[in-house]
Amino acid sequence: MDALYRDYILDHYKNPRNFGELEPHDLEFHDHNPLCGDELGVHIVVEDGRVKDLRFHGHGCAISQAAASITSEELIGMPVSEVPGLDADWVIDQLGIEISPTRRKCALLGLKVMRGATTGDASWPE
Amino acid sequence: MSVVATDIRADFPVLAREVNGHPLVYLDSAATAQKPRQVIETMERFYSESYGTVHRGVYELGREATELFEGARERIAAFLGWPADCSIFTRNATEAINLVAYAWGRENAGAGDEVLITEMEHHSNIVPWQLLCEDTGARLRYLSVSEDGELSLDELSSVLAEGRVKLLAVTHVSNVLGTVNPVEEIARLAREAGAVTVIDGAQAVPQMPVDLGAIDADFYAWTGHKALGPATGMLHGRRELLKEMRPFLGGGHMISRVERENSTWNELPWKFEAGTNAIAEAIGLGAAIDYLAEIGMERVREHERDLAAYALERLPAVDGITLYGPPSVERRGGVIPFTIEGMHPHDIAELCDRQGVCVRAGHHCAQPLMRLLGVGATARASFHVYNRREDVDRLVDALGMARKVFDL
Repeated sequence: MDALYRDYILDHYKNPRNFGELEPHDLEFHDHNPLCGDELGVHIVVEDGRVKDLRFHGHGCAISQAAASITSEELIGMPVSEVPGLDADWVIDQLGIEISPTRRKCALLGLKVMRGATTGDASWPE
Repeated sequence: MSVVATDIRADFPVLAREVNGHPLVYLDSAATAQKPRQVIETMERFYSESYGTVHRGVYELGREATELFEGARERIAAFLGWPADCSIFTRNATEAINLVAYAWGRENAGAGDEVLITEMEHHSNIVPWQLLCEDTGARLRYLSVSEDGELSLDELSSVLAEGRVKLLAVTHVSNVLGTVNPVEEIARLAREAGAVTVIDGAQAVPQMPVDLGAIDADFYAWTGHKALGPATGMLHGRRELLKEMRPFLGGGHMISRVERENSTWNELPWKFEAGTNAIAEAIGLGAAIDYLAEIGMERVREHERDLAAYALERLPAVDGITLYGPPSVERRGGVIPFTIEGMHPHDIAELCDRQGVCVRAGHHCAQPLMRLLGVGATARASFHVYNRREDVDRLVDALGMARKVFDL
């Protein structure tokens, strides 16, 4: 089996969870990776201070799409106040694969956008 | 069959290495080309034996460095058929284009004028003009690109006939599609309409004969690192325009006399070369041009055409592949953009690298063109003299392996 393109990574790429749009939504954000042009947007519905529902949309490589899909599953149900505290190590732990420096932004784009929806901050997760 | 590669590969030391356990197949020369030992050794010899600053020292080293540096300029200018005193060393093609946008554009474009570019430009031939238009109130217009990836001279003529185009900036060869544009005809039409032309030759000079006298554009920009040389660029300009232009950057070497309040300028080309030049790089570029001249640019072009034709013949065998750019190799350079259904270009490039095959993936610094093609990114294979048909076979094999990993 490939060390990067593991079965579950490819499964999330080909069948992304929580892919699409949500209308109406409470929070939204849209951003791109300037290195490759990949784009990702997110819609979030909030209830009682938690992420009740979330959908992401856009296009990207297997790593960025799988990372967004996996991140989306973790975020649903989470208190909105906890989202800004999620960092790069957290995403890479969730992915369970080794990410080279050239693919780091691919892995982080999902969290960047989802975190951005809760904070308005477009900076890359550290 | 390959026209040049077999007897030439030994000149490129990097080709001896392995990547991920496979012999290196380098298919990203449109981004940056590998260097022959003739260039590497020339630069090493200069640093080891003759390094000094140019145009300043009265001592022997300074004299030798100046001779080597100006000798490189003269040979490069002669290679392209343009006067040496109108051939300016720049950091790269981007800086060369910015030089025109600032030193000519800011003085000559204004409200009511149009700056005309095309939908197939690299960001380096878009963004300087966007900034110029923001600063001067001129309007930025785009010539369209057809489905086959070509420009229409009829459209160009009709836009020029409106009489507002002050400057036309167009690429000689598209870095994304490989399209070879008829720049001689384009420059002629622009000249007749009273517009100044800027040609981005970054992809042309490395891979085909270029005669700047015949093209007769007002400005022609290119860069050395794609032409087997180091990262230093050139701007060739029409003498009358260069003479009347203000300097781009102020500093040492570009002046004639500096008073407390103002200064006068050095002669061409030094008026546009403020500060200490990238001397070894310029000398290295001279060696790269000598190397290309020795092979002969007709042969280089024939070789690129052969590899492009072979790639266009072999790649359709890969399931799910889409190729972009002009179908005829007569109108395209050695650049083959492609996508594969179900696999993002980044993943294609990553998996090709596992097989030792370097291809580019991304938007190729041409986001407006990507949007036009309806893709966020493409993969791209591009060739130079050191590539051979086997490299295309290795790419086809690597793409087959990549599809297997993705279970396609």
